[in-house]
Parts: sequence; C-alpha cells; structure tokens
Amino acid sequence: MPDTQALVNDFISKLKKRKIEGSQATAKQTAELLRSVISQTRVPYTNQAAALIQSVKAVGERLIAANPVELAVGNVVRRVLHIIREEDLSLTTAAMAGLNLSAVSDDEDDADRDNQPVLSAAAIAAASRSTLRPPSLQTLLEDVPDSAAIPHTSSSGGDSEGKSKSADKSSRSRKLKHDVIEAVNELIQDISTCHEQIAEQAVEHIHQNEVILTLGSSRTVLEFLCAAKEKKRSFRVFVSEGAPRYQGHLLAKELVMRGLQTTLITDSAVFAMISRVNMVIVGAHAVMANGGVIAPVGLNMVALAAQKHAVPFVVLAGSHKLCPLYPHHPEVLLNELRSPSELLDFGEFSDCLDFGSGIGAPLLHVVNPTFDYVQPKLVSLFITDTGGHNPSYIGEMYRLFVVSACGEGMNFKSEIMRTNCIAEGNFVKSSIRMRGINFFGKLEDRKSQFFCGCGEM
Amino acid sequence: MGAQKKSATARVSEDQEELARNPLQAILLADSFATTFRPITLERPKVLLPLVNIPMIDYTLAWLESAGVEEVFVFCCAHSKQVIDYLESSRWSSQPNFSVTTIESHNSISAGDALRLIYERNVIHGDFVLISGDTVSNMSLTQVLQEHKERRKKDANAIMTMVVKKSKPSPITQQSRLGTDELFMAINPVTKQLLCYEDKAEHSKGFISLDKTLIADNPSIILHNDKQDCYIDVCSQEVLSLFTDNFDYQHLRRHFVKGLLVDDIMGYKIFTHEIHSSYAARIDNFRSYDTISKDIIQRWTYPFVPDILCGSSAIKVERQGTYRASDVTLSRSAHIGSFTFIGQGTKIGNDTKISHSVVGEGCTIGSNVTIEGSYIWNNVTIEDGCQLRHAIVCDGVIMKSGAVLQPGVILSFKVVVGQQFVVPAYSKVSLLQQPTQQDSDEELEYADNTSGTGELRYKLNGDIAADLSETAYELGTGGVGYIWSVFEGAQDEEWKHSVAPIPKDKLVKLMLDKDEDEEQLTQDGNVLSASGELKADSDDNGSEDDDNADSRDDYGFFEKEVEATFLRAVHENVKVDHAVLEVNALRLSYNMASVDCAGAIFYSMMKLAVESPHHSASELHRNAADIITKWVKLLKSFLHDIDEEIEVILKFEEMCLESAKEFAALFPQVLHLLYDKEILQEDAILRWADEKEGADESDKVFLKSSEKFVQWLKEAEEEDEDD
Repeated sequence: MPDTQALVNDFISKLKKRKIEGSQATAKQTAELLRSVISQTRVPYTNQAAALIQSVKAVGERLIAANPVELAVGNVVRRVLHIIREEDLSLTTAAMAGLNLSAVSDDEDDADRDNQPVLSAAAIAAASRSTLRPPSLQTLLEDVPDSAAIPHTSSSGGDSEGKSKSADKSSRSRKLKHDVIEAVNELIQDISTCHEQIAEQAVEHIHQNEVILTLGSSRTVLEFLCAAKEKKRSFRVFVSEGAPRYQGHLLAKELVMRGLQTTLITDSAVFAMISRVNMVIVGAHAVMANGGVIAPVGLNMVALAAQKHAVPFVVLAGSHKLCPLYPHHPEVLLNELRSPSELLDFGEFSDCLDFGSGIGAPLLHVVNPTFDYVQPKLVSLFITDTGGHNPSYIGEMYRLFVVSACGEGMNFKSEIMRTNCIAEGNFVKSSIRMRGINFFGKLEDRKSQFFCGCGEM
Repeated sequence: MGAQKKSATARVSEDQEELARNPLQAILLADSFATTFRPITLERPKVLLPLVNIPMIDYTLAWLESAGVEEVFVFCCAHSKQVIDYLESSRWSSQPNFSVTTIESHNSISAGDALRLIYERNVIHGDFVLISGDTVSNMSLTQVLQEHKERRKKDANAIMTMVVKKSKPSPITQQSRLGTDELFMAINPVTKQLLCYEDKAEHSKGFISLDKTLIADNPSIILHNDKQDCYIDVCSQEVLSLFTDNFDYQHLRRHFVKGLLVDDIMGYKIFTHEIHSSYAARIDNFRSYDTISKDIIQRWTYPFVPDILCGSSAIKVERQGTYRASDVTLSRSAHIGSFTFIGQGTKIGNDTKISHSVVGEGCTIGSNVTIEGSYIWNNVTIEDGCQLRHAIVCDGVIMKSGAVLQPGVILSFKVVVGQQFVVPAYSKVSLLQQPTQQDSDEELEYADNTSGTGELRYKLNGDIAADLSETAYELGTGGVGYIWSVFEGAQDEEWKHSVAPIPKDKLVKLMLDKDEDEEQLTQDGNVLSASGELKADSDDNGSEDDDNADSRDDYGFFEKEVEATFLRAVHENVKVDHAVLEVNALRLSYNMASVDCAGAIFYSMMKLAVESPHHSASELHRNAADIITKWVKLLKSFLHDIDEEIEVILKFEEMCLESAKEFAALFPQVLHLLYDKEILQEDAILRWADEKEGADESDKVFLKSSEKFVQWLKEAEEEDEDD
C-alpha cells in the first residue's frame, strides 16, 4: 500500500507541475497507476467490487483534482470503474445462473474465458438486471457489517498464488481482481495502440494527390499521415507551425524524415492557404459529449477557415480522449493559461512591466491560452480507434464503443448514492442524458457562485 | 540558545547511498537578515508572508522540488519556531524524495553566520543550491548544474555560478523593477565569468572603475546594467569553507562576491548563467513584493501560479486574469477588475470596486469600497466606504467605515483603523511600538527569541483597549495601533521601495535632475572623451604618459576640479590645510602628479585675480599679490622641487599668452612677487631663463620682458658667490 501511495503522490505531483505532456501518455500512466492500485487493494471477502471501486475512486478523485484540465485522466478513471462493474456483474450473473462448474475451474481456464465474458456476461446481465441486485451494489453503503460477518479467509487479497481453491466464493474473489486487471491491461493496450488503429483507416480518407493541412504537432496525426504514405498514397502536407510553441516545426521535421512532401506555413497564413487544401486533419486534446473539441490553440481559426471554404475538418482522437462531460464555458473553464514567456522575452519587455512608475498597474497583458474550443458544427468527422463518426454521433458512440453498457461514474461524489437510487439497468440513452444534465447542473451551480455570489442567489 | 543547539528536527542523515550518488542539496535561508519588511516581520517571518495568498517559502520549495533538488536545509533564525511549525504541518514534511530539514539558530545575524553554522554541521556533501526563502522561480536547474560541473572539472576554482536574468532598469529612477539599485556587472562574454559586481554604483559621477588587469586578462568584457541578480547560486562546497575562513563575510553579495572578485590571491572564480525564458526574482522590499505578485498573477512563474499551487481549494482563472476561489460571496453590483485574486470565503459587498489587488481568505469587504493595487491578507474586515490604494493590509486588520489608506501604507497584524480616518501615505502602522534603538548599519530582522513576541501579542490580544488607549487617537476614534515614524533621511527614500508606484512629481523631479546631469555630462563630454567612462585605476605612475592626448583631457578635467575647489576655498574661507587635503584627494583620484597640482592651483589663483574687478594694471597686480599672499601656503605645499617651480613659470607664461592676456604686461612684476614670497627660488627662475634661451624668438617675449629681473638675480647670485 505505501508503495502505491508513493506512486500516486508522485503521479499527482507530476500532473500538478504539468510535467506530463500529451493526453496519450497521461492516459496510459493513469491506467497503469490504477492497475497497481487495484492489484494492491486488499479486497474483503464479499463485496470486492465495492472495495475496488472505492479505492479507485479515491485515487481517481485526487488525480482529477491535480489537473482538472487534463480530461484524459478522468476518462481513464471512468473506464476503469466501468470495467470493475462490468466484471463484477458478469461474475455475479454467472454465479446466479448457477454455472458453478465454470466458477470453480482453474485460473488458467479463467484466462481463456476472459476473451468472451464481457459480451456474454453483459448480455446475461442485461437480461437479469431488473431482477438481480448484485451484492456488491446492494452493500455499497454498508460493506462493513458484511465483511465483519464473515471474518475468516482470503483477506490477504486476490493475488496470493498459494491459496487453494477452497470454496467457490474465495475463487470468485480472486477472479474478480484478476479479471479486472486483465481488462485494465487491455485498456492500456488499447490506449497505446490507438495510433495504429486510427492510422489503419488512413487510406480510406486520404486520396491520391490531395493536400492535407494540419496545425501543431500530434502523434496521432503523424502516424495517420505516415500510414497513408506507406500505402503508396502520394499527397502533400501543409503544416501550420502552431504558435507560440511551434510544435509544427517538429512535425514538419518528422514528416520530412519519413519522406512526405511538406510545406510549413505560419498560423496566420492558414486562411490564405486553405483554398488549396483538400482536407484538414488535426489531433485533439479531448472530445466532449456534444461533439465539441478541446484542441490546441489556433484550431478554432483553422476550423472556421475550413468551414468557409467547405474543406472537411477531420479530428483524430483515441477513445481515451472521449469525455462524457458536456462543455460549459469551455474557453475559460477547460482552459489553461500558460506562461507569457512563450510569447515574448521577459528581458526585452521588462521595462514595459515596470509597475513602479505610471499607475502602478501593468499596461501590457500577455495571454497565452493552451486550448481552443471547436464547436461540433465545425467538425466534419471524428476518426477514433473504432472508426469514423459524425460529431452528433459522438455521445452515442461513447456509450456504444467505449462504455458499452451503463456507464456509471461520471459524477464521483454522488456515485454511491446514484448506484442505489437510480435503478441499476438504466436505459442507456436516458442515463447519458441525465448525466449530462447532472453535470451541467453542477456547473450551473458553480457558475452562479462565480458570477452572482451566494448571497444574491 | 547557543548556535550549537541541535533542534529536534535537524536530522543529519548520512546514509550510505549518499556516498554512492550525491543527491542534489539546497540551502534555503529562511531569514532575509534585513529590516525591509518591518513592522510586519516583527510578528511573522518574512518567508511565511503570503504572496498571492501562498507563503513565499512554498514557492521556493515547490520550485526546488520540481527542479530536482532532493534535500533542502532550511535555515531559520528570526521566528524560527513559526517557520519550523509551518514546515512540519505543511505538505513538505511528507514528500517522498524531497526531504526538508530545518536548522535553527538564534544568534545568527547574517547569511555569513548561517553558512558558517551549516558548515559546522557538515551536512553538505557536494554542489548545492544556495537560495533564500523569498525567491520565486520556475527555471530548470539542469543546464546550470551541468555547466557548473563541467567548469569545475576544468577549473577547480570555479566555485560558484550565479543566475542572472535580463531586466532593464528604469532610466529615470536608476532602479530595477524590483526596487533594487541599478546593478553593474562586468562579464566575460565567452567564459561567462563574472568580473565585477557593483550594486551601489555612484550614478552621480557617472562612471564605475574597473581594475586595469581585468582588461589585460580578458580579451573582451561586456558591462551590463540590465541584468538582474536572481539570488540563486549554484555553489561548490568550498563556498562554505570560504565563509568559515573569512569570518568577516556577512552579506552574500556585498562581502562574499565582492570579496572573491577583489581578492585574486586564492584565484576563486564566479561565473554567471543567464536565463531567458524562465523566471526568477527575489523579494527584497515592498516594491518587489508588489512587482513579483503581479508577475505571478500574470503567470510568468507558470506552473507556480495560485490556481495550480493551491491544491485543495479550487481556484479558477477567468478572463482578464481574475483568480477566484470557489466559494466567494460576491455582490451582483461589485466590480472585480482585471488581475485580481480573491481567496476562499471572502465576502464582497455592493458597488465595491477591486482591481489589480490580492484579497486573501475569509475577508469581509463592505459596500462602496474601492481597492486598487492593494494586498489584503486573510481575515481582514473592511467596512463600508473605505478606500485603499496601493497598500498592504495584514491578517486580522479592521478598517472601520470610511477609513482611507493613502498609497504606500502598511498595516501590520490586527491594527484597527478608526472611522473616517485617513492614514497618510507611506506610513507603517503596527500594534507593536517602534523599536527605539536603531541598529544603524547591520540591520536585523527581529533576531530575538520568538517567545518574546508571542507573549507580547498575547498581551495585546487580551487587553488591547487598555493597553493602547493612550495612542488610540493615532488612528482615529476606535483605532488601535502605532504609526511608526520615519527616520530622518529615510523619508526621501520611502517612495523608492514602497508598494505604491512612484508619484508623478517625484518622477518629474528626477527627470529634471537627470536632464541637468546629462547637460553637465555633455559639457564635460569633450573632456571626458573616449576613455572617460572606463578609467583604469593604475598605480602611482600616472605621469609617465602625460604627453598623450587622453591624459591631457584628464588634466583639463582635473584642472577644472582644482579650480572649483580653490574658488570654494576662497569664498567659504576654508582653511589652507583643508584645501591642501582636498586638492590632494583630487590629485589621487585623478592620478596626477604634484606638478600638475601646482600648475592647476597657480592657474586658478591667477584666474581669480583676473576675474576679480580691477581697472588698471596696478590694481590687477595688487589683486594677484593679495591672492598669492593669502594662499601661498597652499601653493607651496605642492612645490617640492625645482621642476615644479619651473612648471609654474611655464604655466604662467602660457596663461599670459592665452587665457589671461592682461598679465602679459605684468609678467616681470608677478615673477618678482613670486620670488619675494619664496614661492619660486632663484635657481628655478634662472634655469627657466636658461631653457628659454635656446627657444624661438616668439617664445622669448616674456624672457625679454623679465630680462632685467633675471639679470638682477644673476648678479645677486654672483655677489653671493663673491661673498
């Protein structure tokens, strides 16, 4: 435990100091961290899912608080929570269906079964959801009496190898953790291979002799373009440099190394060049539930230019970037202002920043936002690891492909309450909509505090 | 109470792994050893003062941690208990891979003492970062450490690397944006070696002096006045032992750095590292507190900005750089301007206007209050209709309705300002009385035992009204606190280091002064030619190159100075001895020989004689005689041998030809006068006559006119010989 605690603290301080760059790296590290949290969590005899959920949630909340702007963290935490629930549900269903023969089988067998349990179990679960209340959820609030009731056995946790498979239940406890870790491993795998999966679709979108415009640097975009190149497509790339960090320079260099015909332009030349462009392909920081995109600064301008000239605006995003939250005031609330030193040299401007003379207030303001919000209507297509999608479809897609059944855990604080209050087998559509409203409502509250003050409300 | 007393928290960890790999260590001085933040620092150590609502030391520690420092020794002296308590309760005590160890001392009065104590503890095992607890930075140490290590490999004498940053000083006030004096540094642009460090350069003179050997040793030197010293130093262990060896080193810069630069016996070298994109600055006075707060709010210190640093409370940055905590109660009609920070739990009433300010946690601000450029700390109550401009208001202050703070006011802890009371500009108000004894030169941040203040404050809390009733009127009805008086002399300087911007009239005045200076400079410009600014202070052999043009310019300048001195001496009836001293001082500073002095003095005397009113030649002669009689001693003190006397005659000749033609007719008379007054010996005159014998006709004019006199002298001599 202290070991994980140290890892968590380390990761949090890294997040806080903005030392991890890129949402893919963040997502992967979050997943890995949560995996070790899960493997180190001591599960009680019963109700293991609740214990796991609780420990993941506790860590997850801290991670999200460390850098609320990095939405990938929250996305991964939600995914992991979802995995735990799914696995628990499938196990419970299997047990309730009286499939005792498989439940007592060897761990090796379990590993084999892992390939299909989610689907089959989910199906069974869906059928039995209305009637069954899994013990884990039933006892979320009062897990203490439960675990106290059966004090013996298996408190040492699931990963102890030497345990004999004494009873059906104790093997289940090990199995849950095992399954969850397996599934998280898959998630990590997914995250790290999302580039390839997206890149596989490149040939479907990039055609011969096209001109592609991109801004800044994104690894997904790089892989995507290179994949098309490998498939013998010949096309040209316009790279907009992406002030103030000029990561476009790096991308241009990388593209040239891979043998692509590249043109580097300034951000301000985008509008002039867009008429020659066949397609804009960019990466994203996060994709919100309404299909809006949080993207590196400058992209909104590109999107508007593309719309003006009817150029398709394509956003590449791994599934870890899909976020079930609705953006509210994203330009401010989901943005981060970085240091003005990226824009100008302090030394040269130090005399403009002398507060000793004049009115004693700075006359020079330097604003350096990190992100832009691109409205859903400006996006023509999202390409994720599961294929291409229309923006209006993103919410659905999140539900269908990412969190394939009831996606709990959007709102951590009320999580336990809601699992008990809202019936388990929520209809998926309404669940997402409700969550949206929930979140929106929460933001509204905060907004009212911000803008109107409590006293006035 | 002794320096040796080991505090409970001072753990000297000597793990075996340290031997294998030296973790990067840092020494953080949690005491500024200065009184610039009084009266606030009488009650709380400077490093714990909130800077945009976060204690200064947190910025420093957060930076050290992220820069890869693993072990920090916090040296606390003033209010050491408060610092230690704070560190123990903060998150810093439980960080993995980052240990914060406090070293406590009660009798250290300077940074030098602190470093000597740390040396005794023997806790530093390699290169370390030396920083004071009031430094804000976001620079990366990797590069500077690497540079430092590489230099060390090549040259074991490169013991220190100093971090500097470009920052232009104000051309009007001659001070940097941090309120410190303009700093001159001479740096070798290739090796980055620091050659000269002058922070108290005398602007009035308009020059600084460099050792001539510097120019000889270094192929090129760049003299900077736009570099700001960040007070972040990467030091080798030798620095500590140097402090121990030189027990008179107190101040890091004034003594240590300058000492090393001047003293080349040991050959230790200091290098500089300039940072460009990152930020570093030290809070030295109220002006820098203001400036750095604004820099933080403008996010130059990213990622060390309030919304990221305060983990617990959600602070959001809104448009226009307004930072607002999540549970601020804000009236609908209140107007929060740009670059303002509002802390948790603060309530703000109707029609209140706040701009460019920091308001801490738990404050209550009434209606119709105007707050501009002020720093309001925690739990402050400001009632309706108050006005605050460029003030610092500490914890627990109560401002009754209608009170006004004029620019530059500092209200220390728990002061109460009475109704409608106007606190005058630049006043410092505290519940504690101003200490009467003034430590004039080495100023200390309250270095006594902390328990003293604790008791005092307790007493104040217990019975404020009775205790302070007598002075209550100082702050209006119901007000509590003493207004500290400003010491004579400091009054003029107050505006320089205050939080308030420099008032317009001061700026105008400075500008006018400046113009005058410049005029003077341009006047002197022809005298102060090429070499004027950079004068090598060579040894006493200045006369060797009297002939070249440069030194002649110097001579002209010197002559003017001597003349001015002489005139002053005449008008103010200065004693001859004093005048001699003054001229001698001039001689030394201009590196002249006494021959030049004699010439210059004589020139001034004659000029005075010409300039004083006269109608005829005889009157002029009388004038000259008067002056010579009066100042004969002055002149004589520079006439040690015959050469100098001849110089005087030559000078006189020159004058008669050029500047004071009136004397031409009087030449023999004056010569006679000088002889009479025993200023000139006959040998000198005869030698002069001999020398002139061989010169051209035109040069002989005066020789001829004084032929009779010379003749007479010669005869007298012969007669003497005859006798």
